[in-house]
Amino acid sequence: MIEIADVSLVDWSRAQFALTAMYHWIFVPLTLGITFIIAFMETLYVKTGKEEWKKITKFWMTLFGINFAIGVATGIILEFEFGTNWSNYSWFVGDIFGAPLAIEGILAFFMESTFIAIMFFGWNKVSKKTHLLATWLTAIGANLSALWILVANGWMQKPVGMIFNPETARNEMDNFWEVLFSQTAVDKWLHATSSGFVLASVFVIGISAWYLLKNREIMLAKKSILVAAVFGLISSVYLVMTGDNSTRTIANDQNMKFAALEGLYNGSEGAGLVAIGVFTESETDPQNENLKDFSMKLEIPNFLSYMAFLDWNAFVPGINDLINGNEKYGYMPATEKIERGKVAIQKLGEFKNAKKAGNDQLANALKTELTSAGFQEDYFKYFGYGYFDDPQDLVPNVPLTFYSFHVMVLLGFFFILLFVLSLLYIVKGTFDKKRWFMRLAIIAIPLAYIAGQAGWIVAEVGRQPWVVQDLMPTMAAVTRISAGSVQTTFWLFAVLFTVLLIAELKIMFRQIKIGPKH
Amino acid sequence: MFENISHLGLQQYWWVLVSVLGALFVFLTFVQGGQTLLYSVGKTEGEKTIILNTLGRKWEFTFTTLVTFGGAFFASFPLFYSTSFGGAYWVWLAILAAFVIQAVAYEYRKKPANLLGSKTFEIFLVLNGLLGTILVGTAVGTFFNGAMFSLNDMNQVDWQTPFRGLEAVLTFHNVALGLAVFFLSRVLGALYFIFTVDHETIVTRAKKQLLYNTVPFLVFFLYFLIWLLLKEGFAVNPDTGEVFMEKYKYLHNVLQMPLNTAILLVGVVGVLWGIISTLFMKSEKGFWFAGTGTVLTVFALFLIAGLNNTSFYPSIYDLQSSLTIQNASSSKFTLTTMSYVSLLIPFVLAYIVYFWRIMNRKKISEEEMNKESHAY
Ligand code: HDD
Ligand code: HEM
Ligand code: HEM
Repeated sequence: MIEIADVSLVDWSRAQFALTAMYHWIFVPLTLGITFIIAFMETLYVKTGKEEWKKITKFWMTLFGINFAIGVATGIILEFEFGTNWSNYSWFVGDIFGAPLAIEGILAFFMESTFIAIMFFGWNKVSKKTHLLATWLTAIGANLSALWILVANGWMQKPVGMIFNPETARNEMDNFWEVLFSQTAVDKWLHATSSGFVLASVFVIGISAWYLLKNREIMLAKKSILVAAVFGLISSVYLVMTGDNSTRTIANDQNMKFAALEGLYNGSEGAGLVAIGVFTESETDPQNENLKDFSMKLEIPNFLSYMAFLDWNAFVPGINDLINGNEKYGYMPATEKIERGKVAIQKLGEFKNAKKAGNDQLANALKTELTSAGFQEDYFKYFGYGYFDDPQDLVPNVPLTFYSFHVMVLLGFFFILLFVLSLLYIVKGTFDKKRWFMRLAIIAIPLAYIAGQAGWIVAEVGRQPWVVQDLMPTMAAVTRISAGSVQTTFWLFAVLFTVLLIAELKIMFRQIKIGPKH
Repeated sequence: MFENISHLGLQQYWWVLVSVLGALFVFLTFVQGGQTLLYSVGKTEGEKTIILNTLGRKWEFTFTTLVTFGGAFFASFPLFYSTSFGGAYWVWLAILAAFVIQAVAYEYRKKPANLLGSKTFEIFLVLNGLLGTILVGTAVGTFFNGAMFSLNDMNQVDWQTPFRGLEAVLTFHNVALGLAVFFLSRVLGALYFIFTVDHETIVTRAKKQLLYNTVPFLVFFLYFLIWLLLKEGFAVNPDTGEVFMEKYKYLHNVLQMPLNTAILLVGVVGVLWGIISTLFMKSEKGFWFAGTGTVLTVFALFLIAGLNNTSFYPSIYDLQSSLTIQNASSSKFTLTTMSYVSLLIPFVLAYIVYFWRIMNRKKISEEEMNKESHAY
């Protein structure tokens, strides 16, 4: 085991989690969407009784099965990594965070795994109607599992529905519905699942286009394109709408992330939206990272203010306003937040010491103070900031977040166009004559995957350095273990997942080549 | 309704639920056991295909039960989740890796262009069967024998050996449980073949394997059980929360929880009856007896580990860091909320059982394998 001194435990743990999550997200979105597409197709089969729809259904099901297996394999690692690599996190917020995970298992995963078996093996064992029901329930189960995990993730982005218990020094849930129906969680669920619908539609159209280019499976391809284009068009419009909603939620709850994804250093009223931009290589002032800015940009005036707060002239804070503070608009300097956080941490320590020393009177007094509304609002809110000394540590990786966000958004509009044209051409019967478009449809498949990954980078990198926004920094969440151990498992998983991914791709490509006859 | 139950009552309720999930998981490892029998029961390609298809329709249940077991433990006893998974890092990651390779193996084994070749995927299945059962059993053994951790003021775990949990194999009592689980899973796997497969050679070989695996299973299981009853245990003072060593603690638990002991005995008898009726009375339904027996036995063992003022995850490094259902649990609010969710479990079980029966109405045969459009 080689110890690399300059890369710390936290970074390796983050890398390992990101690796697993990003691999998981290669497989999940297809599952989320293609199960519905399959269900539509099977519904058409049951309604019309035409064998060709059955054949189409079965073909896409085969591809789904190949994808599903590896999605499950990566998921199990993720779940347990909260314990293995983020054990301090698991204890600190386990009460709140564990609940959705448990519900996910009980309600969603069992549903999925029961009905998937019927979907694949039940053709000759259950009635047509029951089989169709099983297919629908598989789709619903998959999307329900997305719901619960995104509720968990949404809670990390915007912790709600809980109170701090000084006795146990942790956050405890006091309102389940607030956690479940938090705006962030709802936005995330709608957006992430619809991104899966879009990806699956692009996948189906792309593969069908390939068949048309090769002049084979014409019937299957055309029918599939029709189903996928309709589904994709509706989903993609919805996707952009929910993405826009997410953006607004972030502007209100995670203003540092918002500033990062817009690359906004200096806030202003009536802020413009940088539609396309490139950061400067050279820093204007090497002493001050804050002065990094664009070397080239295309800006839409006032649009950012409108997007964030539905007001063309609203003030949008930039990274500098959040770090240095901005009195005029009521943004507290980061140093102040850090100080308040330290007060909260210290008070908690005093309380613990008083308890240990058996000084009940003092302990009770401190407890009353700690749980008072005033203290919660003025100090406890900044608890996590107390772990920091340098305000600069509060800034996420801006270029990465910015570029990822913009790639995702541009692709979002591109997909709408793709579906509109697909629908147009397929209805007019000219799809198989437009070679450029068929090629474009194939190229769109990897683009859909890129958009999804980019979305998660925005969500997760953009919220750094927090695991739980404002309450728990990533560095405090990590398991105490040697960096070398995590590094070893990182490489083991990297190799294992990569080998399995290559196997999956080869099998997938082969099955596509073989086509539905098999 | 759950609001009126005390925090302790809810903790006990959740320990019972976690125990049910753990017990179901051990029962469902018949899939793992069956996988390790792949080469001894299936010699030809056709036989292997039948075996992997009858198992393959069920592997998801085992997998999902493990996932749900993890989730339920996380929600109800988060301190265990953080302590054990974060602490015994290598053990758990080894277990997980063993399940990762299983998940893809069924689907990819027979597919053309699968990169690694079908042999590799078969080996993945055998490895999953071996490691999955032995390591899980050994890890659960530490519920009774303790582990090498300490918790600080903030309940952060520090593991006291560089092996991060792998040192559990140095305690033979842990390993005995691991091996007992392993051979039990093979017993169950063989019984499952007899129950679901319509193929004479496979059934004959499965019966032979049943006999061969029953013997070591009994040896290791009885060793584990007897030693458990004779050994010192980790007791908790309910008033102060202090953990101390008590002679014959688990024997005391057996005596003080007679209903649970009855469950344990019925369970053991069920397993034995399942085996005996298959071997000597030509019954094909032995799987259900042995399966139910397994669930009851494991369930009862979990209750012995956690109830009656016992520490379910003791630390032999620092006794007072030991976990009990009280100090490791979630808040009362969370347990109450989750208890409402738990009311859905019977419905989930009901639809699983219902569809399982439909899918298994007819035995699996060579003929079906040739007809089936989607086969592993
Ligand atoms: C096909 C994929 C795809 C496409 C085309 C888009 N998104 Fe997206 N986006 C995702 C796939 C995705 C995702 C992978 O599903 C994410 C990651 C986290 C999440 O909840 O969804 C996401 C996250 C995400 C976030 C961060 C949420 C957070 O931090 O919690 C924002 C603000 C947006 N999206 C906004 C948009 C906008 C305005 C889009 C188009 C106009 C858009 N997305 C298109
Ligand atoms: C499957 C889709 C997901 C992807 C692709 C993804 C991606 C990432 C990435 C890239 C990081 C590294 C960020 C950094 O260290 O700078 C990360 C970290 C993390 N994510 Fe996610 N994430 C996903 C879903 C989730 C969900 C649903 C949760 C919670 C329920 C979650 C919790 C975490 C945690 C705990 C970390 C580690 C701490 C941190 O670095 O913030 N992730 N994820
Ligand atoms: C980082 C947090 C995550 C964890 C801990 C996690 C956990 C898991 C686990 C354990 C499984 C296997 C379940 C089984 O046994 O069937 C799984 C599969 C699945 N997960 Fe995740 N997951 C995470 C992120 C996500 C996200 C963000 C989504 C969707 C938005 C998602 C959707 C799914 C779906 C649809 C499946 C079914 C299998 C497939 O991928 O095809 N998961 N996940």
